[in-house]
Amino acid sequence: MRSRAWDAAQLAAIGLLVSFLLLPVASLGLTLSWDELVTGLRHPLLLPAVRLSLTTSASSLTLVVVLGSLVAWWIARHAGRVSRLIESVTQLPAVIPPAVAGVGLLLAFGRRGLFGAFLERHGIAIPFTTPAVVLAETFVSAPFFIQAAIAAFRRVDENLIAVARTLGASPFRTFLRVAVPLSAPGLVAGAAMSWARSLGEFGATLLFAGNLTGRTQTLPLAVYTAMESDLRAARALALVMVAASFGLLLVLRRMSSEGRDA
Amino acid sequence: MGACCALLAVAQLTVFAASSLRDAFQDLGRSFEQQHPGTSISFNFAGSQELRTQVEHGARADVFASADPRTLRALAGAGLALEAQVFARNEPVIVVPAGNPAGIHSLADLPRARRLVVGAPEVPIGEYTVRILEAASRRYGPAFGAAVESRVASRELNVRQVLAKVALGEADAAIVYRTDALASRGAVEVISIPPELNVVAEYPIAVLRGAPQAGLARAFVELVLSSAGQAVLARHGFQ
Repeated sequence: MRSRAWDAAQLAAIGLLVSFLLLPVASLGLTLSWDELVTGLRHPLLLPAVRLSLTTSASSLTLVVVLGSLVAWWIARHAGRVSRLIESVTQLPAVIPPAVAGVGLLLAFGRRGLFGAFLERHGIAIPFTTPAVVLAETFVSAPFFIQAAIAAFRRVDENLIAVARTLGASPFRTFLRVAVPLSAPGLVAGAAMSWARSLGEFGATLLFAGNLTGRTQTLPLAVYTAMESDLRAARALALVMVAASFGLLLVLRRMSSEGRDA
Repeated sequence: MGACCALLAVAQLTVFAASSLRDAFQDLGRSFEQQHPGTSISFNFAGSQELRTQVEHGARADVFASADPRTLRALAGAGLALEAQVFARNEPVIVVPAGNPAGIHSLADLPRARRLVVGAPEVPIGEYTVRILEAASRRYGPAFGAAVESRVASRELNVRQVLAKVALGEADAAIVYRTDALASRGAVEVISIPPELNVVAEYPIAVLRGAPQAGLARAFVELVLSSAGQAVLARHGFQ
């Protein structure tokens, strides 16, 4: 009897939480007629926003994966206070609200910012440009990849590394040919999480990069802008984002299950 | 027991108002609460369009004050607002950061800015900016319009965000309401736009249909339209 009550409690929780999580997503699709969707998809904000979101998130992902892998490998191979400190710093953006990150980026790289004033003297202006979008996305998404990469690298068998080194492989070759392939499922899952986070980035981008069609207006900003005038377009744009995120989730699931099977 | 509940049973008046009304309405709200003991007034300040969307989706409010007639006309058309009355006028002006780094002294100088931030055309200040720049292009030639357009770095969704970018020095110039420029106290310098190229922003106010506090809502609108209310608005730069 007691175990049956426990089962019932779990089923009730599943029913409640799953329908709560699904309802907003389903509402986006179900309250939109086909004609409205087509009109929304032809909205002038959509195409530039999709293009910009893809290019900026691909750029930030490249930065995060290349630099993040090196950082994560070092952290995974070193114990001690310095390593733990660096690990904490790489996780900092994950706990900072994105709007705060945006203000911080503006105060750091803005014209009168700590580093921005120096750049300005050399004719480099970052805020309100496409590179600012990439920086904002890199800032908020880096922790997700680095966290996953550290965990994956720590699972690599120490003996295999030692063998590769004894056979004469350089540390870099060992990293590239042994550690990376062995950690691939974890690295891919981390990269996918990181990509999803930068695709959805809103607050830091709005404050640091502004809102200009084709230059800094990514998909989430286009949804927000469209909300001001045309709810139908906002919903169509939102559906595009849901479809993209859902596709990403499917890829992620498949990769992590392949990783488990391997 | 009775005393406690009498104290708790305050009437709650909810006012939705455009971002640019923030300071003036907070002053008006304080005098309204003094005149109506037991009444507490709560404001929701945002871009007029955003407020309209909230009302259309069922947000409960008593009074709606917009930065343009278009928003309240749309609400009245949907049967959500009662008759609107214009209670204030505001004047778009150019603002530059303190010290005026780009050396802008008139509307014609706008192309000197390396970076401009404007309101998005979806919100009233952005719509007014488009109209002012169109009039200026007719006067100064199409090259003016093209040059200004190429300097635009961001289209912000409410006027206080536009102002913030200038106050931070991130934008060399922007067009905001005179009242916002006054509110930023010293962080920006104001340059008037020639009246023949400028527009006048009209602010209408209306009681919303089905307002939970219809009586208090009418009283608040009366206060805003009264000579005392108009004096408060004038102190904040409204005409």
